[in-house]
Amino acid sequence: MSKKILIADDEQNIVISIEFLLRREGFEVLVAGDGEEALAKVRAERPDLVLLDVMMPKMNGFDVCQALRADPDLSATRILMLTAKGRDTEVSKGLGLGADGYMTKPFSTKELLAEVRKLLGM
Amino acid sequence: MLDAPVLIAVSLLYLGLLFAVAWWGDKRADQGRSIIANPTIYALSMAVYCTTWTFYGSVGRAAVSGIGFLPVYLGPTLVMALGWFVLLKMIRIVKANRITSIADFISSRYGKSHLLGGLVTIIAVVGIIPYIALQLKAVSSTVSLFLSYPEIVMPNRSPTLPVAADISFYIALILAAFTIVFGTRHLDATERHEGMVAAIALESGVKLVAFIAVGVFVTYGLYDGFGDIFEHVETHPELRHLTSAIPSGQGYTGWFALIMLSAMAVLFLPRQFQVAVVENVNEAHLKRAAWLFPLYLLLINLFVLPIALGGLLHFSGQGVDADTFVLTLPMSQRQEGLALLVFIGGLSAGTGMVIVETIALSTMVCNDLVMPLLLRHQRETLEEARDLSGLLLGIRRGAIVAILLLGYLYFRLAGEAYALVAIGLISFSAVAQFAPAMIGGMYWRGGTRGGALAGLSAGFLVWGYTLLLPSFAKSGWLPDGFLTQGVFGMELLRPQQLFGLTGIDEISHCLFWSFLANIGAYVGVSLLRPPEVAEATQATVFVDALKESGPIGAVLWRGRAKVSDLQELVGRFLGPTKAELAFAGYARRHGVGEGNALEADARLVQFSESLLAGAIGSASARVMVASVAKEEPLSIDEVMHILDEASQLRTYSRELERKSRELTAATLELQEANERLQELDRVKDDIMSSVTHELRTPLTSIRAFSELLRDDPRMHLADRVRFLGLIVSEAERLTRLINQTLDLAKIESGRADWNACELDLKEVIEQSMAATSQLFREKEAHVELDLPDNLPLILADRDRLIQVMLNLLSNAAKFLTPGSGRVRVALCRLADQLEVCVADNGPGIRPEDQELVFEKFRQVGDTMTAKPSGTGLGLPISRRIVEHLGGRLWVESVPGEGATFRFTLPLAPVQEQAPALAAGG
Amino acid sequence: MHRRILAGDRLIAAFLVGCVLFNYPLLSLFDRPTEIFGIPLVYAYVFCAWIAVIGLMAWAIEGRIR
Repeated sequence: MSKKILIADDEQNIVISIEFLLRREGFEVLVAGDGEEALAKVRAERPDLVLLDVMMPKMNGFDVCQALRADPDLSATRILMLTAKGRDTEVSKGLGLGADGYMTKPFSTKELLAEVRKLLGM
Repeated sequence: MLDAPVLIAVSLLYLGLLFAVAWWGDKRADQGRSIIANPTIYALSMAVYCTTWTFYGSVGRAAVSGIGFLPVYLGPTLVMALGWFVLLKMIRIVKANRITSIADFISSRYGKSHLLGGLVTIIAVVGIIPYIALQLKAVSSTVSLFLSYPEIVMPNRSPTLPVAADISFYIALILAAFTIVFGTRHLDATERHEGMVAAIALESGVKLVAFIAVGVFVTYGLYDGFGDIFEHVETHPELRHLTSAIPSGQGYTGWFALIMLSAMAVLFLPRQFQVAVVENVNEAHLKRAAWLFPLYLLLINLFVLPIALGGLLHFSGQGVDADTFVLTLPMSQRQEGLALLVFIGGLSAGTGMVIVETIALSTMVCNDLVMPLLLRHQRETLEEARDLSGLLLGIRRGAIVAILLLGYLYFRLAGEAYALVAIGLISFSAVAQFAPAMIGGMYWRGGTRGGALAGLSAGFLVWGYTLLLPSFAKSGWLPDGFLTQGVFGMELLRPQQLFGLTGIDEISHCLFWSFLANIGAYVGVSLLRPPEVAEATQATVFVDALKESGPIGAVLWRGRAKVSDLQELVGRFLGPTKAELAFAGYARRHGVGEGNALEADARLVQFSESLLAGAIGSASARVMVASVAKEEPLSIDEVMHILDEASQLRTYSRELERKSRELTAATLELQEANERLQELDRVKDDIMSSVTHELRTPLTSIRAFSELLRDDPRMHLADRVRFLGLIVSEAERLTRLINQTLDLAKIESGRADWNACELDLKEVIEQSMAATSQLFREKEAHVELDLPDNLPLILADRDRLIQVMLNLLSNAAKFLTPGSGRVRVALCRLADQLEVCVADNGPGIRPEDQELVFEKFRQVGDTMTAKPSGTGLGLPISRRIVEHLGGRLWVESVPGEGATFRFTLPLAPVQEQAPALAAGG
Repeated sequence: MHRRILAGDRLIAAFLVGCVLFNYPLLSLFDRPTEIFGIPLVYAYVFCAWIAVIGLMAWAIEGRIR
């Protein structure tokens, strides 16, 4: 059974590129355009991994991350934060809130795949 | 109910209350918790200026001369505006030199001269006695009025009334006793009486309340407001002159003379000097008092004319003296409570004046008249006595009694011939004689002892001849032949038409001649020779009193003196205990071990002298100190040398102060600059972080698509084309972002190029519409234009305006729903500007976001589909462009119904077209 | 320091304004048998000028500078 991954980002072109990349690698891909949608989809679809952008409308990535970690049912869901703000404080804030990994935009597709696989234990 | 026992009981009760307040004030002062350390109390204590003259006499004056009573209060108002400078300087001088009275002030200024101090004292006593008589007259006539109540009978004094049967005699005695208790219970080196000031302030409150109560009663009780009274006057032609014009007898000269006279009196009356200068607790109080005191004067005068007119109308033809209207009006209406309040108010006005005035005068008499005489003739007795403080108090108490009895005497002799105000003006003219010596002494170094003596004597003599003697003559005590024929039959010497000067009132007449003599002699004699050592020294101390580092710090004394001698000397006058305390305090402050220093240095000698000066006056203090200290005389060269050194020191220390102030300021500035930098840093950080975010986002897509294309050579052609297209559009976005960031930075830093020229805005809009028409066509939007012709031109940069328009138009296009979009572009003229509006029927902007859209990188979008593809800089740039062109850009929107962006631009100035163009280019 | 100097200058101005308002010739302009609101003109004028001068002084002393 293929792993299910949710991409939460409000930048259409980034979503398109990551979606294409992950599908090619055989993952099942879901897409969310803002924080609230992301949270709803995680609860409904139970993806194995969420790629979470920080700067999103309605609810930012940190808040989504915090909400996910507050839900014990979702503890198995891995979270990989993606952000265009590469400051150390942001990284540690994400990790502090319970994210499992953190990548700074722009990233290399190879590294992203490697990180995704690592988090999914593959 | 208003019989004698009630009156006496109420009066004694009230005096008792005053005494309790004074006692409490003194007690608190001893504990160091002053109750008068308050600018309002200070201002109220200054209101001791308002005596029974004001309380009863103003109405009498107004009944004769309309608003002629007013200049006496306008003068003090003007002086208080200058009080900041003059009074402040007097306070500084008095505190630095422990001066206790106006006589001491003048004597000290001109080289600590006994003769001068004595002369000033005599002028003050002689000048003030009529004024004290005035208070006795007012208080005693109100008492007699009460005694005949409910009839209103004018006190009719027969000159043969034996003293023992005269009420005013007993009033004088009671006042003397009261003053003694108030002012001379103990001896203090600074001559300050906190308790007395507290009581005076209370009295000022009482008299104001009482007077306003009568005013309200007459104006609104007897009549129906101000207007009503004046209407009644219209029907009495004989009263009309009171409400219309400056009285003919007085004229503008008299009016001006009274303003000047009262301006000087408020500074130089002994009681004003006492409360405003000697009793001043904190010079900062001067500020508030400077306008509160004039306000008090205004309030207490508000109802004078209505009361006067009301009284004249009411008592028409009944022979009631206008000076008593304040009391007789309530009495005639059987308003016993109000009448009693008025009586207390009048008593306050009278006692307040008498107490402060006689205390001030008795201090002068003791320090500047009796002590110098004793020193001269009874030196041995003085030097043998162990404790002289009892003697000093005795002298002062005797002086108080004597002054009040003299006042009574004048009242008996001359009181009946004059109205209250007229008597007061005689006193005002006397104390005005101090003005040249006082003011000159504070601001002119050249004034000498001889000059001051000559000026004061001349002025005083002229005053006595032109005002005092005629007052005796008019009351029948002197033959009045010399008034009309002149002395020895010389017409030119007629006292009130001196040298044939006629056409002005007697006060202006006296003021003119006495000041001519006074100032002339003062300046003339002063210029005869240069100031002597002592005069020059004191001139420096007085004239430089306000210099930054205070009066000069040099000690002009050289010689030998023993500490024990000095302490014993001070002890003889202040009491041994007080002296011991003072010396111990001095030793502590200056780090000298008690009793260690046998030989006194110059500073200690000066300290002792200033202690003594408080008790016996500066001139006597100098003589007494000289008796125990072997002084070696200083030559003028040596004095100049010491003063020079001191002023060099002062310059140096001022320099240091300035440097340190500069340093403090610089430190502050640095701190501020640092904070600003940090703030800028934060802002820059935020912007950098926004910019990097905006740069990283397209880069992320570009890199991801590029890598996908690179790693998968067998990718479908369709995907390949699509991805390459996305890469190109993201690269374009990146370019746009960089350009706009730079553009905005340029505009914000003011380095952008602006090519101003006259434009037809319509043309600019049409050009922009052409450039964006494709966008609207793609969305199948309906575009509506409303661009009237022949609008005035504007002065602006064409390319920038097109940039703004393109921005707004593409913005509108971006949010339109394909197929059903409508856009309206309109141009219209407002008063002096043109307004452009671009309205769409897109989703609109929530009210809370309407300002946010103009912030950098703040795109407002909700969903993925609505995510705007702009950079987030278009609107901020547009707003800055419009603002730079002198206009305004804003948005109006109802969510769901679309958004309307509007901006305004000012019209080109018509006349200045050519220069504006040149400047713009 | 500047505050003090400015306040002082304002007080001097108040003094000069008062001198002009309270004396001939300005005074004579209002010295005529007319009434304003039922109150004799010269009476109303002197009190108004007086209040104005006091107000000016209060402003000079208590007013905030800058």
